[in-house]
Amino acid sequence: MPLLWVKLHGMTQDGPTRRDVLKAGATAAAITPVLTQPVLAGAAAPSGAITLLVNGERHQVEVEARVTLLDALRERLALTGTKKGCDRGECGACTVLADGKRIKSCLTLAVMQEGREITTIEGLAEGDELHPMQAAFLKHDAFQCGICTPGQIMSAVACVAEGHAGSDQEVRDWMSGNLCRCSCYPNIVDAIREAAGR
Amino acid sequence: MKLFDYVRATSTGDAVSAGGDYIAGGTDLLNLMKDGVEAPDRVVDINALPLGGISLDAGVLRIGALARMAEVAAHPAVRHRLPVISQALLDSASPQIRNMASISGNLLQRTRCWYFRDTAFACHKRRPGSGCPAQDGQNRWHAILGGSDRCIAVHASDLAVALTALEATVVTHRRRIPISEFYLLPEGTPERENVLESGELITGIEVPVTTLASRSRYLKLRDRATFEFAVVSVAAAVRLRGGEVDDVRLAFGGVAPRPWRSPEAEAALKGGPLTDERIRAAGQALVRDARPREHNAFKVELVQRALAQILGGFR
Ligand SMILES: Cc1cc2nc3c(=O)[nH]c(=O)nc-3n(C[C@H](O)[C@H](O)[C@H](O)COP(=O)(O)OP(=O)(O)OC[C@H]3O[C@@H](n4cnc5c(N)ncnc54)[C@H](O)[C@@H]3O)c2cc1C
Ligand code: FES
Ligand code: FES
Repeated sequence: MPLLWVKLHGMTQDGPTRRDVLKAGATAAAITPVLTQPVLAGAAAPSGAITLLVNGERHQVEVEARVTLLDALRERLALTGTKKGCDRGECGACTVLADGKRIKSCLTLAVMQEGREITTIEGLAEGDELHPMQAAFLKHDAFQCGICTPGQIMSAVACVAEGHAGSDQEVRDWMSGNLCRCSCYPNIVDAIREAAGR
Repeated sequence: MKLFDYVRATSTGDAVSAGGDYIAGGTDLLNLMKDGVEAPDRVVDINALPLGGISLDAGVLRIGALARMAEVAAHPAVRHRLPVISQALLDSASPQIRNMASISGNLLQRTRCWYFRDTAFACHKRRPGSGCPAQDGQNRWHAILGGSDRCIAVHASDLAVALTALEATVVTHRRRIPISEFYLLPEGTPERENVLESGELITGIEVPVTTLASRSRYLKLRDRATFEFAVVSVAAAVRLRGGEVDDVRLAFGGVAPRPWRSPEAEAALKGGPLTDERIRAAGQALVRDARPREHNAFKVELVQRALAQILGGFR
């Protein structure tokens, strides 16, 4: 891992306006607060941090501005349930919920999600009790290799909550952002329809 | 992705003076940054600006720049009074992306031309003067109308096609731009895709709510049933009176570097019934100046069939 960290400053700006700056290039004065020039870990200043609320827990994470939510989840919080397939918004493997809405975590910066409540696949079960959607995926054998499954399940939970699981066709339409290379689509549709209470 | 400054703006003035690339949903900008097509030194997060919301007032629908695609598509006034907008949005991208992506970002998304998106290739749009491999290359997805020898990339937004048919206005922090004047044809400068100036911030979109707009539809033809960009698309608004076309607006996607309005096709339809013959004449008027390339000649036929199909639904 490269020893590049960002550093958090607090500065006050004159004038009526206020901005937050996450700074990963040259220092900008007069902007508040600032994450500055990447520095070697342990050098003069403390590492910078943003706060992410994930599965009900608050985490301080050190990130550069360019770190996506997906990479922050996987590599900083060790929440590796969320998968990286394409890293371009095309496969849906990285689907998580932000304030209850499904999003692709590869297409947003971690810092942009400060203040939102993120739910990942690790946050669905209640202790040892699976979420009904997880149980339905198991029952209907809705996966083979499993790489797409966490994204499918997160997307499916939202699909039902949105009221878009009223027919098999509706499920297919509204789950189209989640690809499955093992082509488990019929079983995925069955699982979602059952979890939605048909 | 190159390192960059990240700035969170809390007022429009702040955003404009921050001097960087705006980020809204991030669903296009971040892909372009990952691929090295864009490499801003500073990214200005505009999501905290009060530019959301959808309202209907005095015959005008106002959509805030930061309203999300999903939210606009589901809005009752949009669905009932301007259905083409809702349909075009629901036919776009995936549910996750529609939850994330803003209306302003949608209108400013860059082309999906694979030569533009892959920095290993020359591209006049990305590196003016370097070349256009699409002219003689894999140009199945490319323009048959409005292209130039320097660029035949098509504009990818479905929403922009719908808004073109409805004669919407793009509102920025300092002016109002009719959508017909917003997008530029490539000619010699494909790197300039629209009339926005550096730092100009879109604050919203205004759409006149008319009886014509309430009779509008979107038809998108693509290589798979859903979650795919258009091969060709049509937005049509038709008002019939006594069986004759009283007013009509047509805009096309997937065929040109900008949403393509065809006054010739509209003129061919006005003042008479929607017969097969008149629809055929409109289609021919649409493609009269078409200049297909090696792999996209099929679009000349396909766009006429799409037109016939959507107009058939108004009979
Ligand atoms: C897999 C995939 C499939 C897709 N399929 C479709 C499809 O079928 N149809 C379709 O139409 N689109 C499709 N899209 C494109 C998608 O709709 C766009 O990525 C999205 O609308 C961009 O919005 P955003 O808010 O995320 O923009 P961002 O990525 O945040 O910004 C895009 C551009 O707009 C600029 N910008 C944003 N807001 C403003 C503003 N207020 N003022 C000035 N500049 C601004 C940014 O600086 C940037 O240059 C698809 C995208 C993906 C990833
Ligand atoms: S990894 Fe995000 S959509 Fe594929
Ligand atoms: S189970 Fe293998 S990709 Fe879906």
